[in-house]
Amino acid sequence: MVFGTSRLFFGIEKEKNRFLIRDVHDSEDPSNSFNGTLVNAMKRIRNFSIIAHIDHGKSTLADRMIQLTGIADERTFRDQILDSMDIERERGITIKSQAITLPYQSKDGKQYELNLIDTPGHVDFSYEVSRALASCEGVLLLIDASQGVEAQTLGNLYLALELDLVVIPVINKIDLPSAQPERVMEEIEMELGLDSTGAILCSAKEGIGVEDILEAIVSRIPAPKGDPDKPLSALIFDAQYDAFRGSIIHARIMDGEIKAGDTIRLLSTKKNFRVEEVGVFQLNREPAKNLTAGEVGYIIAGIKSVRDTRTGDTVTMAERPCAKPLPGFREAKPMVFSSIYPVASDDYQDLSDALEKYQLNDAAFTYQKDSSVALGLGYRCGFLGLLHLEVVQERLEREFNQSLIMTFPSVRYRFRVKSQGLLTVDNPALYPDPVDIEESFEPFIKATILMPERYMGVVMTLCRERRGVNLRHHYPVPGRIEFTVDLPLAEVIYDFYDKLKTVTQGYGSFDYELLDYRSSDLVKVDILVNGERVDALSHIVHRDRARLRAKQACDKLKEEIPRHMFKVAIQGSIGGQVIARSTISPFRKDVTAKCYGGDVTRKRKLLEKQKAGKKRMKMIGQVVVPQSAFVSVLKSDRD
Amino acid sequence: MDKAKGIEPCSELPGLYVHVPFCRKKCIYCDFASTTQLGRMTEYVEAVLREADAYSELRARWDSLYLGGGTASLLPIPLLERLLSGLLKRFSFLSDSEITLEANPCDVSVDLLQASKELGVNRFIVGVQSFQDPLLGFLGRRHDGTAGFNALKLARKAGVEQLGLDLIFAVPGQDLDRWREDLDTALEFQPEHISCYQLTYEPGTRLYALKEKERLRPLSESDAFSFFWETGERLAKVGYEQYEVSNFAREARFRSRHNEKYWSHIPYLGLGPSAHSFDGRNRHWNYRHLNRYLDRISNGESPVEGSEILDREALRLERLFFGFRTHFGLRLGTLEPGPITCLSGNDEQLLNQLANDGFLVRTETGYRSSRRGLAVADALTAMFA
Repeated sequence: MVFGTSRLFFGIEKEKNRFLIRDVHDSEDPSNSFNGTLVNAMKRIRNFSIIAHIDHGKSTLADRMIQLTGIADERTFRDQILDSMDIERERGITIKSQAITLPYQSKDGKQYELNLIDTPGHVDFSYEVSRALASCEGVLLLIDASQGVEAQTLGNLYLALELDLVVIPVINKIDLPSAQPERVMEEIEMELGLDSTGAILCSAKEGIGVEDILEAIVSRIPAPKGDPDKPLSALIFDAQYDAFRGSIIHARIMDGEIKAGDTIRLLSTKKNFRVEEVGVFQLNREPAKNLTAGEVGYIIAGIKSVRDTRTGDTVTMAERPCAKPLPGFREAKPMVFSSIYPVASDDYQDLSDALEKYQLNDAAFTYQKDSSVALGLGYRCGFLGLLHLEVVQERLEREFNQSLIMTFPSVRYRFRVKSQGLLTVDNPALYPDPVDIEESFEPFIKATILMPERYMGVVMTLCRERRGVNLRHHYPVPGRIEFTVDLPLAEVIYDFYDKLKTVTQGYGSFDYELLDYRSSDLVKVDILVNGERVDALSHIVHRDRARLRAKQACDKLKEEIPRHMFKVAIQGSIGGQVIARSTISPFRKDVTAKCYGGDVTRKRKLLEKQKAGKKRMKMIGQVVVPQSAFVSVLKSDRD
Repeated sequence: MDKAKGIEPCSELPGLYVHVPFCRKKCIYCDFASTTQLGRMTEYVEAVLREADAYSELRARWDSLYLGGGTASLLPIPLLERLLSGLLKRFSFLSDSEITLEANPCDVSVDLLQASKELGVNRFIVGVQSFQDPLLGFLGRRHDGTAGFNALKLARKAGVEQLGLDLIFAVPGQDLDRWREDLDTALEFQPEHISCYQLTYEPGTRLYALKEKERLRPLSESDAFSFFWETGERLAKVGYEQYEVSNFAREARFRSRHNEKYWSHIPYLGLGPSAHSFDGRNRHWNYRHLNRYLDRISNGESPVEGSEILDREALRLERLFFGFRTHFGLRLGTLEPGPITCLSGNDEQLLNQLANDGFLVRTETGYRSSRRGLAVADALTAMFA
């Protein structure tokens, strides 16, 4: 992932030894016609991606390849890496995909253009992964020599196989004492059904085997196919927002060609834009005269928002459009919903501005106005998954300097309601009147969990606790289990992944896909403070979960709400029925014993502090509730 | 009970405080500025008088003088005479001024009583704290219960005009019955004034460290409340008015005139290490440590370490704070001087409810805390801050 983010686009000096196929005339080609040159040039292009589990060394391998192909020396690179401390680095995941073109002189004496297209490494982003893979002809399947195959690797591998990509297994970290390459080879055969004879052993860290990998890319991954004479069709596999240039399309040209001055059309929105610049990815963007079939590059066309440059969409020419869109396009579909409020109500405008700016760079993020009696004005937001939610939250807090309160994450439920039919509800505020509900439904996913056999028991218990059904498993290789289970999505968006990591001591890996909606016993839990409902804390849950969740909320509030002059009763209820409660006893004795000349200033300073803190308090009826109470309750389910 | 009328402090004239920082040994709960360098007393007295000189241009008339500490009574009689007469010479006191001397029971002697009376001391406060020996031992007091008892007896016999004493409650291990006994013993002397302080755990004290190390456990809040409530009840029964959280007067005229200045923003001047002064707008304070204080004075430098100007809001907060903890209470609307609203009409509903719940008592012009309210005066203040 190290090479995979925007940091590479900023402030790096132009590289001297840039050398791309597109710049040379192919002396082997006797016809030497223009198109012939292009077709021949296409033979020297390899588009590939790396499939790997988090921590299996994808970033390090990418770094090594970039160094070996000479587009960045070691120092430039390390400086870059050390300079950037962002969310992605800290979390060890690639959130946004990205690409880079590596010029490579192969042992066959010819010059190749290797386009490495990076993919996000988390289950929330499997659609984005599929579009990146659709831009490639082959993939490196990178597996940690001591960890073996993991569930996400498996998920992405299936995507690659569906797209008929050439798969080159690479076994990384062979320098580690715990490395078991033979065992991994066996897994590749047994578990993945791939031929392991061509597997390459490497240590990206030590630089072992990297050249072999580059050679294998050249010799085993086919050159792209495509017709430069056909109407333009280019696949958007990513887009990035640049404050000065708007949304920058990252695309694979399937057919045709594109250059500055062309008027392009984006097929899903039918919007036209005039191309300002095209180019390829080096450590920074490198403008080029044109991009043609088979190539990977960027298109700048004065597009204001990433919303207009949807991943999977097809770019074509306005004047001469292609016959049909490229297959596989899907609108980004939010799966998890939560409302965002500013900690101080005064900051609502700030939050609005921040969201407006933020969404320019995140097409998957949706938001619309929402409001709460307790928290004031805010926004109901949609996310691809919980990780996406956390990333958005962190970016808003760090990059946009927002202090936020986020309500309980919710999935999109369905209710069949008398005389209204099927309603879709992702906000507890819109929960229908229970007497009218005929049937409730919640989304289920199919989870795939890979783990060593010894964790079978604890993982089964975890899945049962999370209302998992249809548990099944098989042994792809002795000692390892592939476990599949149907789980309610709502159970997964809380802390399922963290819990899984804990119970399997880090050895369990997890992937999921959406299955269907199933009938379920859903209720809305309300939290009341001295009889007043705190709307921001309401949430829809399965009846079996209600009591526990209500109790957690009551207990947290008890810790966070200061004492009052009167007793404060906190209740969790379904309908009018109380299912959990806690009580905050009133002040009995709270007074400074001695207060003479020297004590006053200190005492007043304390009062001033308390007073300042009041700005962060909300009134629920007569009860003063600090914002921190909301934060703490709303976080408790994820702790 | 004198309702609205009693709201005003009895005098607007400034008061003078002198901090005598000497102690034979430090009590475990005390966080006042104090020192055991008894050898520097003479120097100290001269320094205070030099500090007083700096204020000689103040034309004010004064009506209270308070010698506190530390242990004011630790000053040898000649030094006490030099200090008191020096101050009386430098400042113009009204003839009926309140002149208070704090004394440790060990220091109370016929001679001290005689000398202080001659110097004009008319209010004599004995730091009894308790009549229970184990409790006094725990607190690190240098006297026993009998010493306290005898000191009060001696003071009464010497004809002290206003006799007062300090007591401490809510000490770990203290039992409510023993506390009642202490109160009863004190009442035998019919003191004009009684201060009953809840033991507090101030950071930096040995007591605080013991609590932090869990070597002792403070009383629960509801136990502390029982002591507080019992104190108010018992003293009220025999006619004492709780005119401030920790202070009781047998009659209105026996309230501490000097202390009431602190609680109603009447100017006061403090001399000696750590003493605070206030001129109606500006508050300043002296260096806390004796050595520093003496150095500054001997170098001809001001001993003032810091100061602050109270803006409207600061004044309002302090008035709220004092209002809820004293019999002054709070007015609805504006309070003189200056248009400072302490409680606004917007608060009316809340005030009403607090009155209905028994925390506040309505007065002709506003509200004051009931005994229940006094027990939670800080929380009340925070509500309106």
